[in-house]
Amino acid sequence: MNWPHKDLIAIQNLTADEIGHVLDMASSFKEISKRDIKKVPTLRGKTVVLLFYEPSTRTRLSFEIAAKRLSADTVALSASGSSFSKGETIMDAAYNVMAMAPDCIVIRYPSAGIPAKMAELLSCSVINGGDGFHEHPTQALLDMYSLKEHFGRIEGLTVAIVGDIMHSRVARSNVYGLVKMGARVVLVAPKTLLPPGVELWGASVTNELDPVIPEADAVMMLRVQNERLNERFFSGAREYSIFYGLNRKRVEMMKDGAVIMHPGPMNRGVEITHDAADSARSIILDQVENGVAVRMTLLYLSMGGTANVD
Amino acid sequence: MWIKGGTIIDPANGIEQVGDIHIREGLIAGVYLTGCAETDDEVIDASGLWVLPGLIDMHVHLREPGYEYKEDIASGSRAAASGGVTTVVCMPNTDPVNDNPSVTRYIVEKARHTAVIRVLPAGAITRGLKGADLSEMGLMKAAGIVAVTDDGKSVEDSSVMRRAMEYAATFGLPVISHCQDRSLSASGVMNEGDLSSRLGLGGIPGIAEDIVISRDVLLAQYTGIPIHITHVSTASGLDIIRQAKQAGVRVSCDVTPHHLLLTEDRVRGYDTNAKMYPPLRSREDMLALVEGIRSGVVDCIATDHAPHAKDEKDLDFDLAPFGVIGLQTLLPGVFRLHREYGIDFSRLLACVTCNPARILGIEGGTLSPGARGDVTLFDPEALWTLTPESVLSKSTNSPFLGQEFAGKVIQTIVAGRSVYRI
Repeated sequence: MNWPHKDLIAIQNLTADEIGHVLDMASSFKEISKRDIKKVPTLRGKTVVLLFYEPSTRTRLSFEIAAKRLSADTVALSASGSSFSKGETIMDAAYNVMAMAPDCIVIRYPSAGIPAKMAELLSCSVINGGDGFHEHPTQALLDMYSLKEHFGRIEGLTVAIVGDIMHSRVARSNVYGLVKMGARVVLVAPKTLLPPGVELWGASVTNELDPVIPEADAVMMLRVQNERLNERFFSGAREYSIFYGLNRKRVEMMKDGAVIMHPGPMNRGVEITHDAADSARSIILDQVENGVAVRMTLLYLSMGGTANVD
Repeated sequence: MWIKGGTIIDPANGIEQVGDIHIREGLIAGVYLTGCAETDDEVIDASGLWVLPGLIDMHVHLREPGYEYKEDIASGSRAAASGGVTTVVCMPNTDPVNDNPSVTRYIVEKARHTAVIRVLPAGAITRGLKGADLSEMGLMKAAGIVAVTDDGKSVEDSSVMRRAMEYAATFGLPVISHCQDRSLSASGVMNEGDLSSRLGLGGIPGIAEDIVISRDVLLAQYTGIPIHITHVSTASGLDIIRQAKQAGVRVSCDVTPHHLLLTEDRVRGYDTNAKMYPPLRSREDMLALVEGIRSGVVDCIATDHAPHAKDEKDLDFDLAPFGVIGLQTLLPGVFRLHREYGIDFSRLLACVTCNPARILGIEGGTLSPGARGDVTLFDPEALWTLTPESVLSKSTNSPFLGQEFAGKVIQTIVAGRSVYRI
């Protein structure tokens, strides 16, 4: 397949064929990480700038390792150590970075639309590392990869996504992708955490977790952010964990072979208990491992590197 | 001055005919059928043009004093003149706020020296727009304000709003209400709905507006004091106003051209020139507003001209300020409504001339003999495109940039003096 995109901004912009292509290619990239010498020259001479205007451990590390395993040079910049904290606007920062001729910018930003704007205005590749409540496309692709790796397929799977759908870019990107790939998606949340128009996304929507658990092939738990509590979207961690948390009892209700997923970071004891997070069903660390392979694929595709992975 | 041979449209008098207008000593001396006696006066040949009462835009931010980098009275008045607007009412959310007669006098004086059109200030309802203590409405009225409003905010406290209406009525000042329940609009930046969820932007539900419209209409009903609701954007909000009018409540309203011509779809692509309060709504809302003009529920069309500098608008969608400019596209926008929806042009014109004059209790908005000699000459055949270069405001934040308009202002006359000519 000839990859038609300079940038990766949103799963909404990808076709099922394109998603399938990324997932297929990621398998060969994953193999690189299992070698003694975990490095190929594919992106030698390319420069990848990681601009993170929001805290991140996993995504940033994952992109950096992915780029380095492809021999790209990486520079990481976070909001606190940059001119952003001096009041420089994001687009000024972007033009300044652009003047230093990077081949790719990975951007995470607290409000929606900036990665799209950068992709439109900059000549280098732009990969969205998560923008506001909009999208987190690489997370969804690594989640889909993990499902495909585990089940051998995505089509026909039932995936429950549980928690703060309203404020979750991970949920949005996953719904758009999973629905395109033929999965059945069930969104579970209290009414206060469901965004308007969610019923148009092609997923089913419910406020009750227990009936969903036995039918799901995968249960994906979303992080509950403390600030939502302050904004009174629900009454507190105790009640939330009882109605929407994944605990031992619910793990036992899951069907044979079903898996537990979480994009991290986990709030243990709120949306997920330790015996769920650490159970044999959990593929949470596989997700992290696969993140590197999927991001290697996306860096490669976006920058149009040579296909020599040997 | 004679304006000869144009199609004269004067909704206040139900006139729509080819004829001549005579302006003498700044006032309309008479409207004549055609080809009257020879004259030594200046003659403007208006054949092929529409001759209209100068437009009144009852909702404009001129930003002076305090935000002259966005706009000032001089630049805003030139933009208005080029849009055929001969009177603007400028909002009090300047720095300092126009909540006392000193600021009012400053604006009036500045307008006298720098404005090419008539600038009428609106005063604040509450001191500092803080929603608590009433401003010096009586003294400001004496200094020149024509209305009071806390535009940009609602007066949250219902008791303060009630007293404000009673106090304003004491001095014969109309109250203009910006309706926004901040606890509901919260951190929203666009219309709440499927699209805001998809774009990942915070939503502003229509009820944030409707709840306050309801309250203000109920206050008007209870007190018997008129209220003017500005920039209505929802079908449901307009319904509340329609029902109130039917029940005899003294409520009037205006709608902006952008809410009549654009929908939330304009936000796709995260263009901050599509960010304003109230936000662009759904297609159903837009069509309901258009229908409201046809049915007469909507009294006025006003721009909410809100200049913001490019640097401010170049921020991300969440951070960029609310507001768009509109003075130069007011009449072409109104004309587009005539062409696209077949609404009687005279009815549309009333929304920007005699209706605002009546609600504000000011002169103008008509070509009756003895009225102010404010006249706009409009070429309905001309085509033009709004570009950043063609904008006369200091700021170019228009949601219509790049769009072609039919109909162009050819000349604008204020009190018998030509202030703009193409």
